[in-house]
Formats: sequence, structure tokens, C-alpha cells
Amino acid sequence: MITKRIIPCLDVKDGRVVKGVNFAGLADVSSPVELAAYYSQNGADELVFYDITASAEGRGLFTDILRQVASTIFIPLTVGGGINTLDDFDRVLKCGADKVSVNSGAIRNPELVRAAAQKYGSQCVVLSADIKRVDGEFRVFAKGGREDTGMEAIGWIKRCVEMGAGEVVVNSIDTDGVKRGFDIEMLRAVCDAVNVPVIASGGAGCMGDFVDLFRAIPDIDAGLAASVFHFGEIAIPDLKQELKNHNIIVRV
Amino acid sequence: MIAILDYGVGNLFSLRSSLEYIGQQVIITADKDEIRRADKLILPGVGAFADAAKKLRDSGLDEVLREEVARGKELMGICLGMQMLFEKSYEFGEHDGLGLLKGAVVPMQGVIPAELKIPHIGWNELHFDKTHPLFRYLKEGDCVYFVHSYFAMDCADSVIATAEYGKELTAAVAKGNVMGCQFHPEKSGEVGLNILRAFCEGASV
Repeated sequence: MITKRIIPCLDVKDGRVVKGVNFAGLADVSSPVELAAYYSQNGADELVFYDITASAEGRGLFTDILRQVASTIFIPLTVGGGINTLDDFDRVLKCGADKVSVNSGAIRNPELVRAAAQKYGSQCVVLSADIKRVDGEFRVFAKGGREDTGMEAIGWIKRCVEMGAGEVVVNSIDTDGVKRGFDIEMLRAVCDAVNVPVIASGGAGCMGDFVDLFRAIPDIDAGLAASVFHFGEIAIPDLKQELKNHNIIVRV
Repeated sequence: MIAILDYGVGNLFSLRSSLEYIGQQVIITADKDEIRRADKLILPGVGAFADAAKKLRDSGLDEVLREEVARGKELMGICLGMQMLFEKSYEFGEHDGLGLLKGAVVPMQGVIPAELKIPHIGWNELHFDKTHPLFRYLKEGDCVYFVHSYFAMDCADSVIATAEYGKELTAAVAKGNVMGCQFHPEKSGEVGLNILRAFCEGASV
């Protein structure tokens, strides 16, 4: 059976990983290439790189880094951040990305999802949605979770999947950074609404949170996190073993 | 020298990088003489079957491929490239493949339980023929990375590996010097590199 995926997420700015990391044995903890190699050798099933650079110069650095990572690390790579046009898809796919994640770019221009799916295939197009509860409904937020779009989230996700998004990353703003577990209620609502892989993001604080996630929602495909992995609070091989102990199928 | 056939489909960056990483000389080419000179051939592919099969025919590379295979050169098809080794595909209609292997490519929809998501995407355990040289570096329980919505069937004489997704789906095939992987060895970590290594060293039976 298909295994549940564990995905570390790396934010890259001006060619460096931001948010310090804390690993013994890594000479340069802010080198995306070194960190990606480390994760790849230590059980990560996939890597997500978010380009949080604003400048054109930084963007060039990012694609250089991506090319280096993709030349040495042979697991699926998803790239997001600053994806607004088909040219942006092209730019990162040519450097070795396997999937491209769109967020604000899709909110500004939903047709981007359709056009990208037609050109590169649905398996390439990941919809990333930052969601927060407002007035009793799930609302989509834009610009890194700072701006309420007024759009209801489940409808938005369904619409993007109909247009060709092949995978959905659900980031709960309500649980993000709180480290008390994933947003089971929100994730379940998304899983019930679409039939493409759903990746949970936001809220992981300990290994038990991943166990709870996969047990509560058998349909969920993957758990994504950043700081708990970067700071060594959770080692992925230990996490995989813990999941296995709970009869959750993982790649070890 | 390993030649990756370039007939205008898909992104070959990772495939090239993975082969270079294991120390191979690689050429991405549509040149018939270069293909004839290469030691081994890889037929990649992503996207729609009909479009890819047409591009391969229009480029004339299908004929070179048949000639080289007939001369005994080892060929590996990957993903859609594997599917094209078969006689037919029923992806949006009925289309001819290369016919190097017996069998047909059919949709998963309606064949696997409805609650399973399509495409079959992610890491899945490979159930493989331990005697086949392509798997000489693998161990029980190894997983590989899949992304596909169609699969090969009626190919009992060439199946050397399957993966369970509602049913046992064809994951790898081989007959003589013609081999194929439904999964992406170039995206399957060390396990995938080991399959590519074995192919590059020679895995004909």
C-alpha cells in the first residue's frame, strides 16, 4: 500500500535556509544543499522549498540552489513561493522541481491552475492554501496568511482541484506555530471534499501529533512541518518508527 | 555511454542527473547515429500516451529503437516510456505502442477500489523477483516512487515487480534486453539509484 509521507519544508531567502537549524554534523546549517542531503538520507519522503526572496537577484540564486539540490538529491522536490505565471513554472521545473506549489498566484489568477495543469499535467500542480476560521467558516488567506480574501476555503479548494490541481497542501493558520497538533477538523473537511492527495501542515509539535493525524484521518496522505524537524525536536527516522509502531504504513 | 531518447516529452533534468551521479556518461539525444553508438538506451516519458507515441513515430526514433533492440542493445523505458513498450494503450481511445512487449496499458479507474485516489502517487513497496539482475542491489521492503493513472496488464510473461494499490499493479517488466519501470527510479532515492546502477552494469536475462 502507498505509504504516508513525511515532508520537511525549507524556507529559502537569498540562497540560504532561514530559521536556524540545529543539527550535529552539519557544517553549514543554512545551506539548502547540505540540509536537503541530510533530510534525504534521514527518511524524508519529499522536500518542499519555499522561495521567500523578494528580489530578482535572490530569485536567480534560488534557481541555482534548486539545480544543485536536484543534481544530488533524488527524491521528489516541490517548489513554491513567487509562482505567478507559467514562466515561473517553467523556470523551476527546468531546474529539477517535480511539483510546483501555487498559493497567492492562484488567488490572483485562478486560471493559472488550469493553464499549468494543461501544460505540465495535474501531478505537477500543487495548491497550497493558508486557512483560518473567521465568523464560523474556513477562510482562505493570501500573502503568507496576512490578508483575508473573504473566500470560503473548501469551495476554493474544490474549484482548484476541478481546474486541475493534483495535490493540496492545507496550512491551518489557527494551529500553525502552536505546536499542539494538526488541525484535524479543518483537514477532515478538506479530505471529505476532494479526491486528490491532501498534505497536512501547521501545528506539529511532537511525534504523537503525526500519529493522531494519520489515525484520525486515514485519507490524509502526508504530514509537513518545518521547525520541529529543523530544530531536531523530531528526528524523522524516530518518527517513522513511531508511526510504524502504530501500524501506520511508512517507508523506513 | 547511456543515451536518453529526446523526442520532446518531459523533463529530463533529474534522469540525467541521477545517471551522472552514479558515474555514467549520459547523452540526451534525438540523433540516430548517437543512439546507435550508445551502449544502452533509456526511453523516458511523461504526459499523454497518444501524444508521446506520435512524437516518437514522427521523429523516426521508434524504428531506430526497434533496430537497436533487435541487435541486443539494452533498453529501459521509464513511466510512460515503459508503457510505450507494450502493444497497445487504452488511454483516451486505443493507441499503438512499440509492441516490444506483450500486453496493454489500461486505466486504473474502475479496476481499483473507488475509494483509492487516482493517480497512484507516492512511495510504495516493491514486490519484486529477487532473481532478476535489475534488482540485485535491492532488499525486501524497499519502496519506490510512483506517479501514474494507467497501468500495464496482460503482461504476465514480462512482469518482474508489482506494487499493491487495491490490486497488484505492474511496477516493472523485463524480457531479454527490454526493461521498464512504471515508477521513477530517478526519484526513488538510493533504491532507485541502485536499480539504475544495475541497469547500467547490464541486467539482460
